[in-house]
Amino acid sequence: VMEDPEAPHHMLLLRNFMAQGLVHNQPLLYASPAKEPKGFLGTLPNPISPKDEKPRDHATQQDKGLRIAWQYKKYFGENQEGHDSRDAKHEYCNDFDLRKPLERQFLGGKNIDCISTINLTLDTLRERCFSFLVQNARNNSAMSCAGRIAIQSFCAPQCAYFDKDWGMLAFIKSLKGMVRASNAVAIITVPHTLLSPSFSKRWQHLADTLLSVKAIPDEDKELAKLLTGYQEMVGLLSIHKVARINTQVPLVLEASTFSIKLHKRRSLVLECLNQAPIDGSTGASYGTSGSCSASTKQGVLDF
Amino acid sequence: SSVVLIEDCVETSGAFVIHHILKRALSPPSSSAVVLVSLSHPFSHYDRILRKLGCNLTAHRDNQRFFFFDMLMVDFAGQGDGNHSKGVLIELYAKIQKLVEDISSSCGSSKRITIILDDFSLIEVAANGSLNHSLDFLRYCYTLTSEFGCSLVILHHEDIYSAAESAALILQMEYLASVLIKAEPLATGLAADVHGQ
Repeated sequence: VMEDPEAPHHMLLLRNFMAQGLVHNQPLLYASPAKEPKGFLGTLPNPISPKDEKPRDHATQQDKGLRIAWQYKKYFGENQEGHDSRDAKHEYCNDFDLRKPLERQFLGGKNIDCISTINLTLDTLRERCFSFLVQNARNNSAMSCAGRIAIQSFCAPQCAYFDKDWGMLAFIKSLKGMVRASNAVAIITVPHTLLSPSFSKRWQHLADTLLSVKAIPDEDKELAKLLTGYQEMVGLLSIHKVARINTQVPLVLEASTFSIKLHKRRSLVLECLNQAPIDGSTGASYGTSGSCSASTKQGVLDF
Repeated sequence: SSVVLIEDCVETSGAFVIHHILKRALSPPSSSAVVLVSLSHPFSHYDRILRKLGCNLTAHRDNQRFFFFDMLMVDFAGQGDGNHSKGVLIELYAKIQKLVEDISSSCGSSKRITIILDDFSLIEVAANGSLNHSLDFLRYCYTLTSEFGCSLVILHHEDIYSAAESAALILQMEYLASVLIKAEPLATGLAADVHGQ
C-alpha cells in the first residue's frame, strides 16, 4: 500500500485488516516504527454488533424463510433456540465500528506479536516473520491457520535499516517466498515518496497486489460538485495491480478507483468511482448516483 | 543460440511471454531441454499455468527435459557484504553451467537447451545492487549461447531505471539480445478485453 504523506488513510486499511484477523482468531504479526507498537492494538475497531444494525423483528422475519436450513443449524450445537445474538460467533466479520475499540476478549490471544522496527535489523525482522509463519503452520484449525502480517511504514526514516535500499528489497523478496509457501497474507504500507522513483518502481514490481491511498482535500468546491457524498469522503483508494497467482490472465477491474468514506463516522465504506460522464443537470456523477450509467455494475463495497 | 529479452512494466506484465516460450520449447516438434531459473515464483505457479496451456511441467521435470531452479526461497541477505552477494551469483551460474554441460555431454551437441530467467531485476537484488556483479552474471550466461548453443530468454523490467547511468545494465541486455519484446499498456488506457500491447 503506497501511503499518502498528507494523510494516514493507510491506517484505516491496516486497522480493518488487523481487526478482521483478531476477530477470526487468526495469528497476527504487527511491525511498526513506533516505540510501543502494541499500543496500536487499542485503536482497532470492534465488530459492529448486529443489534446496532437491525431491529430484532427484522432478524426473525429473515429466519422465517430459512425454516429447513435453520433446523440443520440447530444440530451444530452453536445456535441454540433463543440465544442472544451477541454471543454468536462472529463469522467472517467485515463490518467494524470505528467508534468502538476492539473488545479485550479479542486481544488476549497468544497469537499476537508486535515488533518495533526502530532498532531492528532486517535479518531479525526476517527471522521473526519466519518463526511466526512456521509456528502458524503447526496449527491445524481451519479458520485460524491463515496468518496475517502487517508491516506499517516499512521504509520510515526512524528505522535503523532505512538507508539499506537493496537490503529492503531483499527482505520483501524473502517475505514473498515465505508467504507464498504458507497460508498467510502480508500487508506492507510504504511512504513511497521517501524512496527514489527507481526504487519505488522496484517495490511496485515486487508487490503481488498494489494499492495506493490519497487524501481528498476538505472543502474543495469543484470536487463537491463532481462527487456525490463528497462530505463523507476522506480519501481515494486506487488499485494498480491484483495478485495473479497460478494464472497468467491479468485482471482488469471495472473500476480501479474507490472513494474511502466514513459512513456516519462509524464504518469504513469503499465506493466505486466510475469514469462515467457527469450529468450536467444534477451535477452528480453517473457512477455514484445510480442513474443511467455507462458502467454495468455500481455498488457499495463494504470493506 | 539467440538471446531473447522481454521487457515489461508495472502496468503490464510480460510473464505470459515466458509461459508461451516454455510451452513452445517443450511441445513437439521441439525436443529441446529447458532450464527455468525462477526468482519470482515457485514451481507450482508455472506448473498450474502450463497445465492450462496443455503442457505438463511435472512430467517433463521427471523426464529430465525441464529443470527448475527455485531461487525464490533463496535468501539474498547480502546487506553490504560484497563478497556474499557475489557468492550467490557465482554459485548460481556454476549450477547452471554444470547442468548445461551435463545435458550437452549426455545428449550430444544436437540437443537444444533454452535457459529462461524470471526475472533479472531480482538478480540485481541478489547482487545487492552491484552493477558489476549483475553484468558479470549476464555476460557469463551469454557465453553459454556461444559455447553450448543455448538460447537465453530473460524477463526484465524497463521502468526501474531513472537516471542514465543506472540504465547501463538494461542497455547491455538490449545490445546482446537478438530479439527484444516489450509488453506495455495500451496507449489509449484500460480496456476490458485487451490487456496491453
